[in-house]
Amino acid sequence: MENKSLKNRNLKKRADVRAKDGDGWLYSDIVKDHFFNPRNFMRYDEEGKFLSNAMGRVGSPACGDEMVLWLKIDPKSEKITDCRWRTFGCGSAIASTSVMSEMIKEKGGMKLGEALKITPSNILKRLGGLPVRKVHCSVLGDKALQAAINDYFRKTKQYDRIITSGAKVIDKDLKITDHDIEEAVLEGAQTIEDVQKKLKVGIAKPDSKEAIEELIRFYWEKYFG
Amino acid sequence: MLPKLKKIRNVYLDHAATTPVDKRIFDVMEPYLTEEFGNPSAIYNLGRNAQKAVSDSRKNVAKLMHALPENIIFTGSGSESDNLAIYGVMKAHQGKGKHVISLSIEHHAVLRPLEDLAKSGFEVTYIPVKNDGLVDVDTVIKAIRSDTILVTIMYANNEMGAIQPIADIGREILKYRKTHNTPYPFFHSDACQASEYLDLDVEKLHVDLMTLNGSKVYGPKGVGVLYLRRGVQIKPMILGGGQEKGRRAGTENVPAIIGFAKALELAQKEKDKESSRLRALTEYFWRKIRENITDVRLNGPEIGENRLPNNLNITFLNIEGEAMLLYLDEYGIMCSTGSACTSESLEPSHVLRAMGMPYEMAHGSLRFTFGHSNSKADIDYVMKILPAIVAQLREISPVNMGRIKHAKFK
Repeated sequence: MENKSLKNRNLKKRADVRAKDGDGWLYSDIVKDHFFNPRNFMRYDEEGKFLSNAMGRVGSPACGDEMVLWLKIDPKSEKITDCRWRTFGCGSAIASTSVMSEMIKEKGGMKLGEALKITPSNILKRLGGLPVRKVHCSVLGDKALQAAINDYFRKTKQYDRIITSGAKVIDKDLKITDHDIEEAVLEGAQTIEDVQKKLKVGIAKPDSKEAIEELIRFYWEKYFG
Repeated sequence: MLPKLKKIRNVYLDHAATTPVDKRIFDVMEPYLTEEFGNPSAIYNLGRNAQKAVSDSRKNVAKLMHALPENIIFTGSGSESDNLAIYGVMKAHQGKGKHVISLSIEHHAVLRPLEDLAKSGFEVTYIPVKNDGLVDVDTVIKAIRSDTILVTIMYANNEMGAIQPIADIGREILKYRKTHNTPYPFFHSDACQASEYLDLDVEKLHVDLMTLNGSKVYGPKGVGVLYLRRGVQIKPMILGGGQEKGRRAGTENVPAIIGFAKALELAQKEKDKESSRLRALTEYFWRKIRENITDVRLNGPEIGENRLPNNLNITFLNIEGEAMLLYLDEYGIMCSTGSACTSESLEPSHVLRAMGMPYEMAHGSLRFTFGHSNSKADIDYVMKILPAIVAQLREISPVNMGRIKHAKFK
């Protein structure tokens, strides 16, 4: 009765379903490497010993992803000399944080100015791409970095350098912000109908409709262009 | 760090997704794929042989369900049977009423047609389930209105194995129809997950329609059954050559129908023995997990009569399901998760959410479903790796809600 054949079969010989357009499911070899061998994460025995001077926390487990990033910043050179992180999330969230931690501390450390310029697409490129609907996860990396650097500015009383990216209300009646649209695009929305479906709102007024469509194009270009 | 193993063992723990075709079933199917390939509608000998094989299979399935052969409609899948039951009944009786009752934890093959009907003027009441995933019979009966045409409630849940009190609900619906002197509502049950382990006697269950499929009972994929009680009118969805007494057109999938009938026969014959074997395995696995891993929760009913014997659905707090799946896959272990990360919608399991579980706990759930191929040695192999995977992911995770008590779900 037992089906013995499966037990002995070599399932390591896998079908490669990674498509260029990101429709595939499996991850790139780089993603896999970082997922199975994550770099620079905060180990239990380093807690309290790793002397950071900046910390950023973004997301929440309820959303599916949460990330904490600790930085060691040299005040003179403004270089990130070391970092540690922890991430709650799927394979790509863990891999993208790991890859970002490498990007910011390699070659003697990245300057704060450069670090603030890191975009999700930089991280994506370094990862060798992700399935489209997984892109959302890797976006947390740059947000955590910004949060940590803001924390550093706050601690060193450089208040004028803090970057606040407050949400801008695009449609007052529907209470849609640019952040909402960004989120919807990251989840694959390409048209105003998609955005409405994701945000579960009704039909927008003609004037805000134009602004929403413009933002969809903008974010689509930013992340997938 | 994760253990390095010399030998990877393939352990398939996803039998609720699908099962392999049993050799005994493949053997009875094979001639009908090659030599006995006739179309059952044809009048010559080859066609008559195929017709006889389908007719015998229909009789066998009917007997196993305590039904008549004319009550059995062969379809292309469990999903098709669910769709036919819901659209078929609601559209044929829409002059009499527009109300359907169902559960919030149904399979998508039931939920999607209901959502679609709701768009065109039908009304659906979704009965909530308790924290253990079980529904209260009274709540279902109280939701019946004078315009309720159909009650559709799954026999056993695919994600966390809760077995609903179908016979009790069926009996109460019969009582309602008698006291109100009405033929409505009809009662449909999706029994895809139940057919391997539970009694399918439609007279004991008091169902008017019931869905089964082949790929959960070691039969082939691409075949399903809809049981339809005599006298219940349905509007067919697929029109054509008048097969299945005009209720489902399309040349009969002869080998699959034969395979399905054989699979159901074996499943029903062996269900008591196999159920107790698998229950012992799930109990053993759950005990090992509790002994070796902290902060774990069993989702769904306690292991026992209200739970499918082959199902374990567990939340590992503070970590995410897809990451666990990927690590387990590296070691040859196959299971599934209720985490959003593996779903197209990026929403966590609607079943776990409907049971009142917070998002962060649903994200960390794994479903293990056992079957014929599994033995204690599989569990011992999994336990060599699983605690290390959970430990590693917990070290990577910034979340620590082990001590947090959720008011709604503990």
